[in-house]
Amino acid sequence: MSDRTVYLDHNATTPLHPEVKKALSEAFEMYGNPSSLHRLGREARAKIEVARQDIAAFINAKPEEIIFTGSGSEANNTVLSIFSCSSKSHECSCFSRKDVMTTTIEHPCVLESSKCLRDKGTCVSTLRVDKDGKLDLDNLGHVISDKTGLVSVMTANNEIGTIQDIKTIAKMVHAKDALFHTDAVQAVGKIPIDVRELDVDFLTFSGHKIYGPKGVGAIYVKKGVPFCPYIHGGHQERGRRAGTENTLGIIGFAKAVEMRKSEMLTETKKLLQLKARLKAGIEKNIPDIKFNGHPTDCLPGTLNVSFEGTEGEAILLYLDMEGIAVSTGSACASGSLDPSHVLLAIGLAAEFAHSSIRMSLGRDNTEKDVDYTVAKMAQVVKRVRSISTAYSKK
Amino acid sequence: MSDWLYTDKVKDHFMNPRNVLTDEKSYPADGKGIVGNIKCGDQMMVVIKVDKEKQILTDCKWKTYGCASAIASTSVMSEMVKGMSIEQAYHLTPKDVAKELGGLPEHKIHCSVLGDKALRAAINDYYRKNGMEDKITKEEARIVCQCMNVTDHEIEEAVLEGARSYLSLQEKTKIGTVCGQCKEETLRLMDVYIGRHFGDRK
Repeated sequence: MSDRTVYLDHNATTPLHPEVKKALSEAFEMYGNPSSLHRLGREARAKIEVARQDIAAFINAKPEEIIFTGSGSEANNTVLSIFSCSSKSHECSCFSRKDVMTTTIEHPCVLESSKCLRDKGTCVSTLRVDKDGKLDLDNLGHVISDKTGLVSVMTANNEIGTIQDIKTIAKMVHAKDALFHTDAVQAVGKIPIDVRELDVDFLTFSGHKIYGPKGVGAIYVKKGVPFCPYIHGGHQERGRRAGTENTLGIIGFAKAVEMRKSEMLTETKKLLQLKARLKAGIEKNIPDIKFNGHPTDCLPGTLNVSFEGTEGEAILLYLDMEGIAVSTGSACASGSLDPSHVLLAIGLAAEFAHSSIRMSLGRDNTEKDVDYTVAKMAQVVKRVRSISTAYSKK
Repeated sequence: MSDWLYTDKVKDHFMNPRNVLTDEKSYPADGKGIVGNIKCGDQMMVVIKVDKEKQILTDCKWKTYGCASAIASTSVMSEMVKGMSIEQAYHLTPKDVAKELGGLPEHKIHCSVLGDKALRAAINDYYRKNGMEDKITKEEARIVCQCMNVTDHEIEEAVLEGARSYLSLQEKTKIGTVCGQCKEETLRLMDVYIGRHFGDRK
């Protein structure tokens, strides 16, 4: 194994920002239940409410529009579940339109939630995307009907980085009187997000993708939009999400957001340069490749590439031996037989999906990391191709 | 990623695969077998040389479009079969290979079955070229569930993919979801395949 570590998997998760670590360690001693009336409880409550204000302000929301959850996945599950609720005692009973629409490239937590809704009798449809992963807006305009209750489209895709035109999509959805949700787990803290400007009804995001702690996410619910809790049994989060608050997680989340406020724009510039260097290096040194995702409307740090004639998991593990951490859309890595649903949805042939590698850069990466990766990648791809039955070019 | 890769033997064979076929054109193979396909994410080619007098495998080389586990297990297999009688090599099972590697986790077994399948295909090719067709064991699929047209091969595949109960088998293959007459035979086959591929795990 190499002593070197080059972490290029920031879309999977990120290391804690040093400032977040500091904030967390300072908060370790605080153990009061935020619901308790005594001083210890009130201290915790105060911290959570400050965190809520900071996080709300970051996306231009009001504090009371933010609900903390245990993860981005829980946040997404919560939003979708509203549309299969048949309870008469919640606000959601006022939805007369319950059909749900989502896209073929959503995160599994949205796709599986939709499947669950379908099993419960909700009519769910999936919207197609083009070869770069952009939603087909003409099609969207045609398929929204007077039965559509919710349209859910992710802001930025985790695998290929493609960013959707959320403002336009929200406008189209609202023109047909449906509600709009966007899974912005990969977007908040990486690109500017303003919920008023985008005019979305629900927006979900998470802490650990932006150098915050794992185990904390949030839902923005626009004031006045009906809501129904997913976890019942407590008055926390104004009755919208039961369970004692993850005080430490929320404090860490808020600190991470605070750091994004000051670092995001400069980091974006750096990531775009590093990605350009990485892309150019791969193009120059490795033949027969294909880059996946939109060439410009893409997360600044995300680069997805397929290497003809290779199997992604083998590449991933050879790179791992060199200390480089990436991910793949190959079936083998996921334990299933099907390659990435996202790559298939953008029309990639199965063999290109199996041979895809996702690199997602982050704040600690350097030019040296990129050059090292390009050099090792060229060796590894050559090696995998030399033993491949699917690559005969010299 | 599980830590299987880092057992010394698997890591060694993954990092330094043995007997890779580098120059197919100049390799005088006595038999060649290709199984799997690129669309499914794995394909394996095995070529063999045979001492025709003694009916012994003198050489085995391979190439794969496959994952780390396919690479490591086929590399090990290619070493194991050299010097074996053809008959013996013909009956090599994925379990034998996994055992030689010090074991593979369940979800990786699927990736490692291609090697011995390709080896059998290569031996079949040798048999055919040398007028020994009678030795070829037919591997044609047999339909178990007449209603849904499900074969024994599909039951085996489903077991390799993790099916361990009648219900999960039905989810994967739709077997026995119409008249249900095949249930008994299906359960018997499922036991056979679980025993064959995962037997020593119980």
